[in-house]
Amino acid sequence: MTAVTDSLVHPDRAQFALSHLDALEAESVHIFREVAGELERPVILFSGGKDSIVMLHLALGAFRPAAVPFSLLHVDTGHNFPEVIAYRDRVVAEHGLRLHVARVQDFIDRGVLRERPDGSRNPLQTVPLLDAIETNRFDAVFGGGRRDEEKARAKERIFSLRDESGGWDPRRQRPELWSLYNGRHAAGEHIRVFPLSNWTELDVWQYIEREHIELPEIYYAHERDVFARDGMWLTAGAWGGPKDHEPVERRQVRYRTVGDMSCTGAVDSAAATVGDVITEIAASRLTERGATRADDRQSEAAMEDRKREGYF
Amino acid sequence: MGTTVQTTSLLRLATAGSVDDGKSTLVGRLLRDSKSVLADQLAAVEHASRKRGQDTPDLALFTDGLRAEREQGITIDVAYRYFATPRRRFILADTPGHVQYTRNMVTGASTAELAVVLVDARNGMVEQTRRHTAVAALLRVPHIVLAVNKMDLADYAEPVFAAVAAEFTGYAASLGVKDVLAIPISALSGDNVVEPSTHMDWYGGPTLLQHLETVPIGSDPSGEPVRFPVQFVIRPQTAEHPDYRGYAGQLAAGVLRTGDPVTVLPSGRTSTVAGIDLLGCETGIAFTPQSITVRLADDLDVSRGDLIAAGAAPVPTKDVEATVSHLNERPLRAGDRVLLKHTTRTVRSLVKEISYRIDINTLQCSGTDELNDNDIGHVVLRTAEPLALDNYSDNRRTGSFLLIDPADGTTLTACMAGQAEWESSC
Repeated sequence: MTAVTDSLVHPDRAQFALSHLDALEAESVHIFREVAGELERPVILFSGGKDSIVMLHLALGAFRPAAVPFSLLHVDTGHNFPEVIAYRDRVVAEHGLRLHVARVQDFIDRGVLRERPDGSRNPLQTVPLLDAIETNRFDAVFGGGRRDEEKARAKERIFSLRDESGGWDPRRQRPELWSLYNGRHAAGEHIRVFPLSNWTELDVWQYIEREHIELPEIYYAHERDVFARDGMWLTAGAWGGPKDHEPVERRQVRYRTVGDMSCTGAVDSAAATVGDVITEIAASRLTERGATRADDRQSEAAMEDRKREGYF
Repeated sequence: MGTTVQTTSLLRLATAGSVDDGKSTLVGRLLRDSKSVLADQLAAVEHASRKRGQDTPDLALFTDGLRAEREQGITIDVAYRYFATPRRRFILADTPGHVQYTRNMVTGASTAELAVVLVDARNGMVEQTRRHTAVAALLRVPHIVLAVNKMDLADYAEPVFAAVAAEFTGYAASLGVKDVLAIPISALSGDNVVEPSTHMDWYGGPTLLQHLETVPIGSDPSGEPVRFPVQFVIRPQTAEHPDYRGYAGQLAAGVLRTGDPVTVLPSGRTSTVAGIDLLGCETGIAFTPQSITVRLADDLDVSRGDLIAAGAAPVPTKDVEATVSHLNERPLRAGDRVLLKHTTRTVRSLVKEISYRIDINTLQCSGTDELNDNDIGHVVLRTAEPLALDNYSDNRRTGSFLLIDPADGTTLTACMAGQAEWESSC
């Protein structure tokens, strides 16, 4: 097949053709502005991961030259990559943003949550998240979830209603047509909003390249002390790993996702630049979550179950 | 750098059907052959299929994401799938085909620029084919592909294909569909899906994927009147920008240039475009569907819900009629008080009349007092405030609106302003 560009096939349209990144960007910006126009107290979930960084980049653009009319919320598992926390604090300062932090550790200290036998705090994030939403009366919560990530997420709406306990009922979702988003909700309910719903991992990286967006260093190849568990490389550290029989070795790795240190795996990689990463993803035989998230490997419906309880 | 293909465009398409049509096989093949299904997903599906006692991977499990869907072995909801070739990025809305899920088909078709309708070559057009085509036509999906599937079971015979294609093309034309292409395929063996078939030399057209990669996307905005629904007013009120006042929105039609004369609706006041900003950078020209910020030369009272228009503009009206798809188990009846959400404006509204219900299989109209879940019909509404509404046939974005239950915010009905040509006999 010959690689003819659209502009050659349709010369009359060449002038007014949007690239796929432009089209996705325009859709996401429209979503941010709909929320600003219809909801009172929106907040952006900001973990310092690449998806939340791209979300913030789009939100900043959507309201320029005014400030972003939303604050940020970080649900802090306590098992953080120091590079990510440093990045978070730098971005907040640079753009004069307001950051809320909901700490899993506080809930463990108060006896509300208990440490799990596997040491992972990822599933423990739901309670602090819902508590922060209730305490701050947030009515719209932006998440960086993408439909290409996982099969339960593939059925998620862009505006997703959550009940008073933060729960998601996939069978009672509102139909979502055209680009008409229904943000109406009762007191105590809130709307989760996913502006990157239609982006893929590759789109996110291509956009990072195009927009020259800075990311935490751990997304690029670096030397790190790691140990193998469940076929993934986990970072040796204060959170509890490795166990006695798990030998530590130094490898050149990078992270494809950034989450709780206890369940986010690194992949062997020599990709040192955005361009290298894009080449690597394009050739990868594993999905982002399959390669790096222990929590999604538990069952066919692991994500659906967590989402029903109010997870991101 | 230089690793990316930035000129790739984005095509949204919809498929409808049940497992019997081979839809899952077709979607599975598109995803697999474009490398959009990866090893861990395939392993998960193989594992789940074995647990169900199936020997071969059930490709429907790629798209049936919810527990209830997997347990019942049916697609309930719209699933969005993503795949790409070096030429294009695709967003595929995969919807169930049964009549009790008409609303999901309507949802998937609402944003699609192309619909793939599958028929079994051995059966030809059946009720389901007519329904899928009618939904695509109703939602004004600009391009329809008839994929005549299972040609391998029909001896790859041209007369079989030609008969179905002729009947279908006539039906689609009667519904006002402008662009129809019929392709003979075998999803199972791959004929004419990605690679040209070696069994059907008589077919000289493109494969399905070739067509998806080359079909024109969007209309030419340069010929359209400008439609710009205002989403949000940007007023920084900072030392650096003390007087900046910009109207943020996404162009729904046309090309807008600095200096263009515009009308603000429903007020009818006029001004000219003083400047256009694209995410903070000034640009002299913007086109659909870009998200931009527009500055006007005059200090007008413009807020969310207003429409900035240029060229032929709609006359704001409180009397609205529309062909609708009812989406909820609560019936819609004359006398109902609802909220009407049109572009960025939400107004109170009264359902004055349920004109008729349309049988989506036969396109026959019949009188009715109420519309139930999954019904298609026609309604007349009276709004509390005037709306600057286009006919849906002229603009899918400014001609569409939702009815919402004011009590709990439930989305009740999807509406397309005006009447389709074929409804004139109703």
